[in-house]
Order: sequence, then structure tokens, then C-alpha cells
Amino acid sequence: MTLSHDVVIVGGGGAGLRAAIAVAESDPRLSVAVVSKVYPMRSHTVSAEGGAAAAIRSDDSLDEHAHDTISGGDWLCDQAAVEAFVKEAPEELLRLEHWGCPWSREPDGRVAVRPFGGMRKMRTWFAADKTGFHLLHTLFQTSLKYERIDRYDEWYVTKLLVDDGRVCGVVAFELMSGRIEAITAKAVILCTGGCGRVFPFTTNAAIKTGDGMALAYRAGAPLKDMEFVQYHPTGLPFTGILITEAARAEGGWLINKDGYRYLQDYDLGTPSPKPVLRSMELGPRDRLSQAFVKEAEKGRTVDTPHGQVVHLDLRHLGSTVIDTKLPFVRELCLSYEHVDPVRELIPVRPVVHYMMGGVHTDIHGATPMEGLYAAGEVACVSINGANRLGSNSLPELLVFGARAGQAAAAFASTAVHGAQGGAAVRAQVEDERRRLEHDLLGRDGGKEPISAVREEMQATMEDGAGIYRSGESLARAADRLHALQERFRTARLEDHSRTFNTELVAALELSFMLDVAETIVHSALLREESRGAHQRTDFPARDDDRFLASSLIYRNADGSRQMEYPPVTITRWPPGERVYGR
Amino acid sequence: MADLITLRVTRYRPENDTEPTTQDYEIPLRKEWAVLDGLNHIKDHLDGTLSYRWSCRMGICGSCGMTVNGEPRLTCATFLEDCAPGPIRVEPLRNFPVIRDLVVEIGDFMRKLPQVKPWVIREEEASIDSEYLQTPAELDQYKQFSMCINCMLCYSACPVYALDKDFLGPAAIALAQRYNLDSRDQGSAERMDVLSAAEGIWSCTFVGECTTACPKGVDPAGAIQRYKFTAAMESLKAFLLPRGTR
Amino acid sequence: MTGKAQYTQFHPRWYRPRVPVLWWLRRRSYLLFVLRELSSVFVAWFVVFLLLLVYAVAQGPQDYQRFLDWSAAPGIILLNAVALSFVVIHSVTWLFMLSPHAMAVRLRGRRLPAAAIGAGNLVAWVLVSAIVLFLVLG
Repeated sequence: MTLSHDVVIVGGGGAGLRAAIAVAESDPRLSVAVVSKVYPMRSHTVSAEGGAAAAIRSDDSLDEHAHDTISGGDWLCDQAAVEAFVKEAPEELLRLEHWGCPWSREPDGRVAVRPFGGMRKMRTWFAADKTGFHLLHTLFQTSLKYERIDRYDEWYVTKLLVDDGRVCGVVAFELMSGRIEAITAKAVILCTGGCGRVFPFTTNAAIKTGDGMALAYRAGAPLKDMEFVQYHPTGLPFTGILITEAARAEGGWLINKDGYRYLQDYDLGTPSPKPVLRSMELGPRDRLSQAFVKEAEKGRTVDTPHGQVVHLDLRHLGSTVIDTKLPFVRELCLSYEHVDPVRELIPVRPVVHYMMGGVHTDIHGATPMEGLYAAGEVACVSINGANRLGSNSLPELLVFGARAGQAAAAFASTAVHGAQGGAAVRAQVEDERRRLEHDLLGRDGGKEPISAVREEMQATMEDGAGIYRSGESLARAADRLHALQERFRTARLEDHSRTFNTELVAALELSFMLDVAETIVHSALLREESRGAHQRTDFPARDDDRFLASSLIYRNADGSRQMEYPPVTITRWPPGERVYGR
Repeated sequence: MADLITLRVTRYRPENDTEPTTQDYEIPLRKEWAVLDGLNHIKDHLDGTLSYRWSCRMGICGSCGMTVNGEPRLTCATFLEDCAPGPIRVEPLRNFPVIRDLVVEIGDFMRKLPQVKPWVIREEEASIDSEYLQTPAELDQYKQFSMCINCMLCYSACPVYALDKDFLGPAAIALAQRYNLDSRDQGSAERMDVLSAAEGIWSCTFVGECTTACPKGVDPAGAIQRYKFTAAMESLKAFLLPRGTR
Repeated sequence: MTGKAQYTQFHPRWYRPRVPVLWWLRRRSYLLFVLRELSSVFVAWFVVFLLLLVYAVAQGPQDYQRFLDWSAAPGIILLNAVALSFVVIHSVTWLFMLSPHAMAVRLRGRRLPAAAIGAGNLVAWVLVSAIVLFLVLG
């Protein structure tokens, strides 16, 4: 049987659903499919907590939002993309409001905003501290009214089909039945989110395994700025569960083992009892996470069975503020740390949170490969540059989800080729079927479980490509990853069932993660400077002469890698110093 | 060496089994481990063939609902220590077909959800220039019912759903109410036929187990009872008032 | 795929657990639920009993006396006692469990807690009962 659509979207999170709605609204004749390895409402957008930034207040301006974003990104942002982003973010958030998103409100009924890290004005819209949850469910429920949106829930995409340089569909299997099918399309949009799970300690859900990045990379599309991995300064030890930046925006303090607000020692301003925008705890995430490492080196952090921690102090906010603005924070602390933030300190440490890098796209979400689009965390436009500001990712997935959907719809409406593809495509499908059935499902023997390879990959990434990296640590990581690729090929697969084989999924995910991990390490090795979230101990300064450029990594047909460094688009904000708290 | 605890896990492999069996696994009993951590330990180190769903491990994605010691629970929010000394029985959610091991088929809910039109319905679309005003008090009217994570624990707890699979069910009705009570929505009349049908609210006999089971405090039972009141008043109005004045 | 499950050669056999016969003994709330469902039979019985009473009264004093004698038979007393207990279950769940959840009463912008509404119902019930008692005994 043949499954065929005009537009196939891989991933059913915020970007995927927004893109699907955009396709359905731009051209109702188009058939659009959302193919997701989980039910859409399980997607990781659901875990976003703090809020979504868009300038709407009369004291705010698009230029200020743009400047905050660009300086927060250490001038690696594509400034044309940022300008489009800040302009369309308010429209998108208003549209969400019209679709029913329960934004928190002012007494007069207007949408309320809160401060956020690195932002000069209060512009972060929020739905208490479950913003992503409400945003995702609003999108999902709204998507149900479009009859042209078909869903393939719990289908796992394993390969992009490429015909003569043009993407024309995917190969996917249905988890429940194990049947493997080609789903052909005139355009494919990748919306699979990030890859936090290549690291051992992450806020990211289990599903965030870089699938879309690896799919694009294997098909020949370049990945951009993969060396930029965001550590969020406040994750719960052991679980890595995120404690939202909103906790600091509402007035929370970060203190070391002596109860001292240590951020004042790292050029982030002087402490004051009330939160001050772009200062102290409201500095950008990269700087705060780096300050933690320095503080730990000085021996001023707290030693626990799960590593060094500092404390997040919310006690002075009182139960009313915590229960109305941060109820989820309290719920999470009580469940997972047995700590009540109303009365006790919350132990926190930096945790891998977000990929600034991803599939290289233009301002319309289009990749250099014809017919292939990407949006959300999987993509890199780049509005985030070397460090994303908190609360920019939710509007990003809406703005660029919509843009990619519109661009893919326009492309699919005018594309003339038959979606079925020729003999070359059929051969690719058969190859992929053989790989899944024979090499993976039929694999006999094998030495170690795939979890062993995964755990070592994660340890390798933390050792070699953490908050601070060096040429030496990265080269070592590259060697170990190369060896791990080999070990993966001979790892043991015990489950030969067709039915809901989660071990098969885990193996495919691991294989994607290994590829993505290599791109991170190689891109980091070749960027010989420190910028934003990429801090090289052997090259501690920013180097605009050599590296005011995005890094593009390609995989050639023979498996070798190739780098390119196109210059960053600068429109109105020439590179300057990043100043916080002064 | 850490203490050990036994997880007694229900297995069902459709290629080989005609009905489920159980399998015991000994896992470390650690203070910070949830039942889900125990299952992940089994999957990674003891038995790669065990199948179950999970993702966010922080109680918000709704994937990891299972029956733990007879109760419908999110396994990421149910801690081993609270179930000690064991053995801890881990079974699939009740009232759903089992696909494999701990994985159940929830297509029934996914088909019912669109029937209640869980989206904002407006007679006229307003322009996108500004928001619909909504006071905190108006937000409060429906907020609780918007917290549903679709984890299916309420369907698993509901004896009416167990006996009658046509019942629309707690979460779907609560989500309909979430939009009915939203000051921005004008679609309650469109949702009425589905909700007031025999398989809708009137199937519910107010057992209240859905509300007990709900990990997010949604109170679907309350939503259903409130809608019964609304529907009864609407029928009364329809009966008493002449056409045209309604 | 939404709405169109495809059964193929690989489609697995789902295990559909059967509901055990004694499922309603599994927990108190289920038992209460079954008892409450059962209570409708006894509510119906009270309606029949009342109609019989009205009929007997309409037929004259002799028939009324015969009705009273029949009602005093141990079997009928037992039946009525059981029926009463079921009707009490029915009323209690209605007044104190269901209606507080069904009615969203707001006082000065805040929703009253269910317990307060239940308490209000209790007070109203006691008042009505007192009036009835006064009318019957007074």
C-alpha cells in the first residue's frame, strides 16, 4: 500500500502542530500528515514552564526585544531572522490567545507579562508556570478541527527519502504493529525538537534524541552551530528536572553554601532585594551556568550525593506568590526533592537544556535541500545565536512553525513532480526495510546492551563537551565517539518482536544520537574561540575576525565531514560587549 | 550495597502469549527512585524486551500511566519507597486493550476527543490585533479543567467506562466543560448534543473515582455533575419556554 | 492514523481484559456505586407503595385498614426498612456528594468549597424535616 500526502510533518510538538495548521490554512486542498513517535500531547513542548516572549506593552519595542536577543546570543544571531521573529511573535501569541491558551491575566483582563533572564523589559507571557503545557494542548486541541490534518501517532520516522537531491518523503514504522511504510510527500517539515539526551544530565524528555537533526544530516543537509549547547542554571539534582527561570524572575535568589548571592562576583551586577532586569539572577543562562562552574572550583558550592549544587532561595516570596505564579515549581520540589520552597532551599545545578544549533534553514524554514523544511528546536535559523534567551523558544516554534508550514504549502502547491518517486526511491525504501528487519530486528548475538553504549556516549559528551571545553577534551571525545559508533554496530538486541518494540526504537535513537554527538564535538573542536555557550579554555576570548560566522557541518556521501563558515547576517546591531548588571 | 525491592511486572507478548503473565525483577530500592526509574533500570540492565511508555519523567506529558499495586498512577510520580516493602505490582492501565506488556491502546479516547469540539468556537473571528479580555476571575472559571494531561488514569478508574465503552468518559467531558466555561468561547450549544446524549454525561453515575485518580486535580467528576445541572436547566427551559424566546 | 486503524498481517492481537464478576467489591466507592444504582429499585418501590396507599384511601376506610394491616406484616416492614436504608444512601449521596460538585456557587468572586455547599444542604434538609415533623406531629 502507498501512503502519500502533500506535506508530511515529522514531529507533533509545538512547531509541528503550528506548521500543520499553517499548511491547512494556507491551502485547504493540501493533505497534511503529522507523523510523530509519540501522541502529540506527549511532545516535549509540554515541559516548557516559564513563558513566551513578545513585546506588546507600550513601554516596550520590537527593537529592544531584538537587541536583547542578539546581545544574549553573543552576536551570532541572524539579525534579519531576529527582526522577523520579534515582529511576528506578538501576532503568534495573540493567535494562541484566540485559540484558547489560558494566559495569566492582569486584573483588567489584559494578558500579563513577567520579567525573564536577559530581557530588558517585562515581555514574557505566561500561563502560570505551565506555559508549554497549555500552549501544546491548545495547539493540539485546535488542530483537531482541521479535517485535512491526518495524524500518524506513534509512528517512528527512520529515514528521509531523497530523489535527485529533492526530499520526497520518509520511511516510518508504526510502533504498534511494526509495519514499515514509505510515506511520500512533496514537502517534508522536520519538527522533532532537540537532542538533550546525548548528555547524561538534561532537562529534556526521553524522546529528545536528535532524530530530525540526524535524518537531515544523513540525507545531506547541513547542521548549523551544533557546538552551542545551552546549560540551564537551575535543574534539580539527580532527575535533571527543570526549575523555571520564572522562579528567579519572580524574585528568587541563587546562593552558595555560605548563603551568599555569588553572581555578584561574576560581573552580573550588585544584589538588591527585588529582581532587577538584566542583572544578577536575571542574567543570561550561559553566564549563570559558567558562574556555577567557577564557584564550584572555588569550593563554595554544596557537596551532595548527586554532585555539587547551589541553592535557589524562594522563601522570601511567600506562599501566595509561589502558589499563584509558581505552583508547578512547588509541586515538582515536593515530589522529587521532598523540599517545600515556601520554607526550604531548593538544591539546583546547571543542566543541559537546549540546542541553539540544528538543521540549517533560511528565514522561511527552508533547508538547502529542495522540499525539506525545519522549525523549532531541531532547526537553526538562527535567532538564538550562541545562547538562547529564556522565553524565546516558545514564540520561535510558533513563528517559524507557521513560516515553515506556509513555505512548505506554497512549495507543495506548485511542485509538479509525482509524489511517488521513481525507482531510486523504491530502492531506498527496500534498503531501509532490509536495515530495520534484518540488521536490527533480526540481529543475533551481540556483545553489550545498547544502554551501555548510550551511557558511555553521554559520559563522553559531559567530559568532553560540557560547559567548558578544550581542544584536548574535544579531540578525546571525538575518538571515543568514533569507537562507540563501532560498538553500536555490534551491540546486542534482545527484542525481536514486531509489536511495540521499544528496544528497536531505543537503538535507532541511539544511532541518531551518536551522529548528532559527533557533529557537536567536531563543530566545537573547530570553533577556536569562546562565545556564548561555547567556552573553550584554550581560546577564552571571542574572535570576531575569524568566527563571526555560523558553522555548517555536512556529511558527504562517503561519510566524511565537511565544514563551512558563512558570515553572520548583521543588519543594525554591530557586535559589541555583552553587558549585564551595569 | 543498597536494599533491593521486587517489581512484579505484567508481561504480555502477543506473538507468544494468549494472556498476560507476571515476571519478577529485583531492583535497587533507592530513596529518589520512582517506579518508572525501576522500570528503566530493568530495561537498561536486566531485560531489554520490557515495553512501556514514558517521556518527560516530571508528571506533565501523561505517558507513563500504569496500575501500581492496583491503583491507577503516573509511574514517574509514584516512588518505590512509598510502595515498600514490595513486591510492587506493576500492571497496564485497566479498561483498555493491552497492546504489549504495559502498553495500552488509547485510540478510543483519541477518537472521542474531537467529538466534544475541544477548541474555541466563535460566531465571528476577531482580528488578531488584540487579545480577548479575560479577567483572572473568568480565567478561574475553567482553569482547573484545563489542567488535564490526557494520562487516562480517570478512564482506568471509571467503572462505567469499564462496563460501557461507548461512554464519552471523564477527561473528554471535562475538556468540553473547559471550553464551555471559557469566557472567550461561544460554542456550548454545539457541544450540547454530544454531551447530553445517553453516552455523554447521563452515563456517569458519579462514582467519583476519576477525581480521586486524577494526578492534576482536575476533578472531572465535578465537571460532569456541573454539566448535568446545566443540561437539566436547558431541558427545563426548552420545555417551559415557547420557541423563539430561548 | 486517526480514525482508521489498519489491520495488517502484523497487526497484533490485543489482550482485552474481561471485567471480573466481583469487580464491584474491589473498592468501597465501587460498592457504593452499585448500591446507589440498586437504590433506584427501592425508590420505585416507594412510589408503588405510595400509590397503593392513595388507592386504598380512595376506596374507603375498610380498604385503608386492610392496607395498614398488610403494611404491618413483618415481611413488608422488613422490605420497607431495607428500602428506607437504600433511599437514605440515595439522598445522602445526592445531597452531600453530588450536588456540591454540580453547583458552582460563588460568593464575593470566590467559589464556595464543596463542603460548605454540603453543609448548606444539610441545614436545609434538617429545616424541611423539622417543618414536616411539625406538620405531622403538631
